[in-house]
Amino acid sequence: MLKQAEGSHAMAETIALCRPEVICAYPITPQTHIVEGLGEMVRNGHLKNCEFINVESEFAALSVAIGASAAGARAYTATASQGLLFMAEAIYNASGLGLPIVMTLGNRAIGAPINIWNDHSDAMSMCDAGWMQLFAETNQEALDLHVQAFRLAEELSMPVMVCVDGFILTHAVERLDIPSQEDVDAFLPTYEPVQVLDPAQPISIGAMVGPDAFMEVRFLQHYKQTLALRLLPEFSAEFKRRFGRDSGGLLRTYRAEDADMLVVAMGSINGTIKDTIDEMRAEGLRIGLVTLVAFRPFPTAELRNLLAGRKHVVVIEKSFAVGMGGQLANNVDLALRNTPAAPQVHSVIAGLGGRPVTRASLQRVFLRAEAQPWEGAHFLDLNEDIIGKELHHVRKVRRSGPTAENLLRRLGEARSAVSP
Amino acid sequence: MTETTMPPPDTQKLRFYQKGTFTVGNRLVSEAERSVQASIDRSNALTCGHRACQGCGEALGARYAIDAAMRATNRNLVAVNATGCLEVFTTPYPETSWQIPWMHSLFGNAASVAAGVAAAMRVKNRPEVRVIAQGGDGGTTDIGFGCLSGMFERNDDVLYICYDNEAYMNTGVQRSSATPPTARTATTPAVGPQPGNVFGTGKNVPKIAVAHGIPYVATATVADLHDLERKVVRAMGLHGARYIHIHVPCPLGWGSASHDTIRLARLAVESGLFPLFEAEHGAVTGSTKIRKPVPVTEYLKPQRRFAHLFKDHDDARLAQLQAIADRNIAEFNLVDRAEVAS
Repeated sequence: MLKQAEGSHAMAETIALCRPEVICAYPITPQTHIVEGLGEMVRNGHLKNCEFINVESEFAALSVAIGASAAGARAYTATASQGLLFMAEAIYNASGLGLPIVMTLGNRAIGAPINIWNDHSDAMSMCDAGWMQLFAETNQEALDLHVQAFRLAEELSMPVMVCVDGFILTHAVERLDIPSQEDVDAFLPTYEPVQVLDPAQPISIGAMVGPDAFMEVRFLQHYKQTLALRLLPEFSAEFKRRFGRDSGGLLRTYRAEDADMLVVAMGSINGTIKDTIDEMRAEGLRIGLVTLVAFRPFPTAELRNLLAGRKHVVVIEKSFAVGMGGQLANNVDLALRNTPAAPQVHSVIAGLGGRPVTRASLQRVFLRAEAQPWEGAHFLDLNEDIIGKELHHVRKVRRSGPTAENLLRRLGEARSAVSP
Repeated sequence: MTETTMPPPDTQKLRFYQKGTFTVGNRLVSEAERSVQASIDRSNALTCGHRACQGCGEALGARYAIDAAMRATNRNLVAVNATGCLEVFTTPYPETSWQIPWMHSLFGNAASVAAGVAAAMRVKNRPEVRVIAQGGDGGTTDIGFGCLSGMFERNDDVLYICYDNEAYMNTGVQRSSATPPTARTATTPAVGPQPGNVFGTGKNVPKIAVAHGIPYVATATVADLHDLERKVVRAMGLHGARYIHIHVPCPLGWGSASHDTIRLARLAVESGLFPLFEAEHGAVTGSTKIRKPVPVTEYLKPQRRFAHLFKDHDDARLAQLQAIADRNIAEFNLVDRAEVAS
């Protein structure tokens, strides 16, 4: 059904169609509207046969979901940023125990400095925790990915994180096609747990495992994710047949066939990149795009097949590992390991902490990748002026003060200097 | 004896035996509360073969608590376990000592995981299945305290059992917020001007549980297993958040003899250092009287963790410990004045 809706509310409606049985809610911006919407639907009877639990922390939220899932219930929660970090121990636990929990991550920067706006630092901090991670490009895809996420999680008995850009998607109001209950029911079978706490058949879950079997348990987690590399395209195709939309899969391309330069990116930024590509194509540049939907499992072979033989690959990512560089760029590099005639990989860090990423800036950096390639990571639209001043200040004064506050003061000074 | 007064199959016939000044066994226990302590008919929630130390108070407490809960629920029981000794010694992969569905997730989240299990049972329409969370004092009073308090205030349908051996024993006897003052642990060594754990720290989780206003709170001891079982059965007869705090001596951590576990547990109660009480909906409903109060030194002396008090003749700090016991006795009305006078 087409309707004008906020992304979060539409996600809540769609998640409700997936018939979750236990929902754990703890507020953190920008995912809050999703669980609020679900809570309302449980209260007003729209979402039946569902326990909605207001917990005291994100750590408890995922822990309640772990218990519910192990007891055979379809469990869901949502979080963002600091909340994901606060549940970190439970994140690893849920995947290590093989519990098919689905969690929405309203992607947001991680502090300090505290920042509520969008980037992918939170998802990246937990990308190796054993959860599958799917990134939505649009709100429509965010809805569709949740339906596929429950299917994938339960098929493999592994948890799935649906990554949705905070504010850009969660708070955007747009026209969305909410699936019908009949279609979701047909696509998503009833949850049949592979392990369940039941007095009729007592089992122990979560035993201590020593060196004799720990590696094998880890390997099987990895093996399941490699199975997802096959399942995700299958589910995406089945989804398209039933719902009539291209959503999910491992990755998508845009004007990539004859491109010398391929951009690789995840999430909502792909819309801006497509517009930029259209502009540059109009000027005769052979540039295209690879949108990654699955970051975990990482579609290494599919990506390598697409990128091999191109001249340039520009990785645009909204996250950054301090002291190392862009995580997505590193993963792309890894996909090209030992590839003959591998393209030159250019790493761009963009939009940290919600900084807007403009077409003009993207166009500049794409052109520069070809003309003046750089080493390491390039920080898009970095304010080098205030960085220079701060570095100078730190060298001169031992008690130089808190960095973030110093930079904000310099920004204020710069603004008042230009205003009349 | 008529048909109707026959004790249930898991209870035991009248027996007398004398130990020290006490007539122990069944004489003072009503027939309904007489439980069998060794029988092939016993459920044995925690079966043999586990790797607890000799004289482990926690293994004893857990077996009696969970067995009582199994009887009370007709074996429709799920247990969630915090990380700790109990978890480690009962489930060395690929073996398990648990005869009930049992799950271990993390150190600090047992109360939340159990709340999730309880929610699943509600939504799956399995009201007969009851849920217990259990952990040591570290997993309860320290790292799991946030989740525990959350479970309490939501009044989740979970009985949480804390097996309190007064330190982090599994990691090698480090101080917890349940470690008593002056006790030597690996992180409160018996050196310096104030050897052992300091006074004026720690928290009383049973009283904090009472302050949540939850349906049932009790303290219990492995020295009185009938009382422990009765409290577990009482707790399983109620719904909502319930809490039982069981005092379980640890020979390894306390530096006591394995054969002294029950004696020390009893002395902790009789000295007034571990008051036995029950509370419902925020109000204390009763306490177990101490028939013959003993000075705290009788409890402290057999434990090497308190040896420095006696070696240094630290009478001032012994008096402070006695004052704690005396305050407990007054607060929970543990001593019947008339009996003491006679």
